[in-house]
Amino acid sequence: MPENNLNLTLHVWRQNGQGSKGKMVEYKADDISTDMSFLEMLDVVNESLIKDGEDPIAFDSDCREGICGTCGMVIDGVAHGPERATTVCQLHMRHFNNGDKIYIEPFRAKGFPVIKDLVVDRTSFDNIIKAGGYISANTGSAPDANEILIPKDVADRAMDSAACIGCGACVAACPNASASLFTSAKISHLAVLPQGKPESQSRVVSMVQQMDSEGFGSCSNHGECEAVCPKEISISNIARMRREYFKALVGK
Amino acid sequence: MSAKSKGLSSVGKKLINGLTGLGLVFFVIVHLGGNLTLFSSNPDLFNSYAKKLHDLGFLLYAAEIGLLAVFIFHIVSAISVYMSKRKARAYGYHMKGNAGGASRKSISSVSMIYTGIILMAFIIWHVISLKFGPGIDQGYTTVLKGETARDLHKLVYEYFANPFNVSVYVIVMVLLGFHLRHGFWSAFQSLGANHPKYTPVINTTGYILAIVLAAGFLLIPIWIFINTGGGV
Ligand code: HEM
Ligand code: FES
Repeated sequence: MPENNLNLTLHVWRQNGQGSKGKMVEYKADDISTDMSFLEMLDVVNESLIKDGEDPIAFDSDCREGICGTCGMVIDGVAHGPERATTVCQLHMRHFNNGDKIYIEPFRAKGFPVIKDLVVDRTSFDNIIKAGGYISANTGSAPDANEILIPKDVADRAMDSAACIGCGACVAACPNASASLFTSAKISHLAVLPQGKPESQSRVVSMVQQMDSEGFGSCSNHGECEAVCPKEISISNIARMRREYFKALVGK
Repeated sequence: MSAKSKGLSSVGKKLINGLTGLGLVFFVIVHLGGNLTLFSSNPDLFNSYAKKLHDLGFLLYAAEIGLLAVFIFHIVSAISVYMSKRKARAYGYHMKGNAGGASRKSISSVSMIYTGIILMAFIIWHVISLKFGPGIDQGYTTVLKGETARDLHKLVYEYFANPFNVSVYVIVMVLLGFHLRHGFWSAFQSLGANHPKYTPVINTTGYILAIVLAAGFLLIPIWIFINTGGGV
């Protein structure tokens, strides 16, 4: 085996289905190239599991380019693992050392029930979007460019919030399992733009209400969400959500 | 939607918790300010400060009821945040980790509920022992400008001649410092105030405030203990 390939011990959460009891199971991952991504490492482990007639470890992925938000797991207690601004699919094995013990667990939250192993159901996020994360005004045909003037810094702010890929790492990392970062990013990217303003009050109230009814916790400002966010969405979005909420509350 | 269901949402709770938290910080600062007179060798200074407050009569009662309400709203909103967190993640992680970087998670932030509950127990004990403690009828009397008044200075000095009382106060004041280390900046964030330039300033102010308030409050019992000859 090439000199700097890794031999690892994995502790992986295995759970057959929703509601069934799961447990941590130990696996060996030997001869892992440091050029692999974390998911490729799991692919290798799964190949050998399949060869041995065992059930492969279920995990989600789609683009494997860090843009779709499908992948996500908690690695050694940190959502998406040890690298900042990185999804698991973009996390490379060169960030690990030979002999490492790695704990791999699904995102844990009442709002994200485990479907199998590391795969969780994030329908709750779709429900939050459905509650108001859109603009319903009839816009007619596409407007001419520059018809609505938006200052560069405002456009930038909206883009920063819109960078959210909805992966759910913020929930996984939050000690309260709060979905405040996700919800606030989805509120913010609309609230700062003129097209989003007319519905901003009803939007914030119904999205917050949906977030609560999906069983997510309240936010204690630990800021762990921003730290794990692959898109580095700032908790200033959460502050904006609260301002918007306050405005809706006093009915301004 | 009714205002009530809006107010009790996860965000509404934080607006209440943050606002009442800042109210309590304001109270604590004023409280320390008044208590600094205990460092003086002239007992009249502290006693006349207390008397001035008492002479406010109805106004003082109104303020006290207001303060009690602020405490209750703070505690109820805080406990409700804590309960939502317990329900939101019934099954925890086998391996816990911290992301570092932009995170503000700290000993202070994860122990808010514990430092808070200890503060609550402490405040009840504190109010019973001193505010509702022995007064004029029990012989704690002094004369200020020809008028009879409660000798609170004597009571406080006797109280802090006791090493047990001093130890508890010192420990709890350190915990108050921890509560405010996360609490101060957090209250601004809860109220929606976050700004790339000012948030770091608020954060540092919270740090300094936590140290100054804890130090101020814990030095009073230590100072008195030393000055009363350590319990004799
Ligand atoms: C002198 C007394 C107190 C002061 C000055 C104080 C101050 C504060 C401040 C400024 C905050 C930040 C508010 C926010 O995050 O929005 C806070 C939060 C908190 N306080 Fe207090 N507090 C006091 C007493 C208490 C008591 C008696 C409890 C009892 C349960 C308590 C429990 C909490 C909790 C749990 C939080 C965090 C809430 C969360 O996780 O979102 N505090 N406090
Ligand atoms: S698989 Fe698309 S972001 Fe990781």
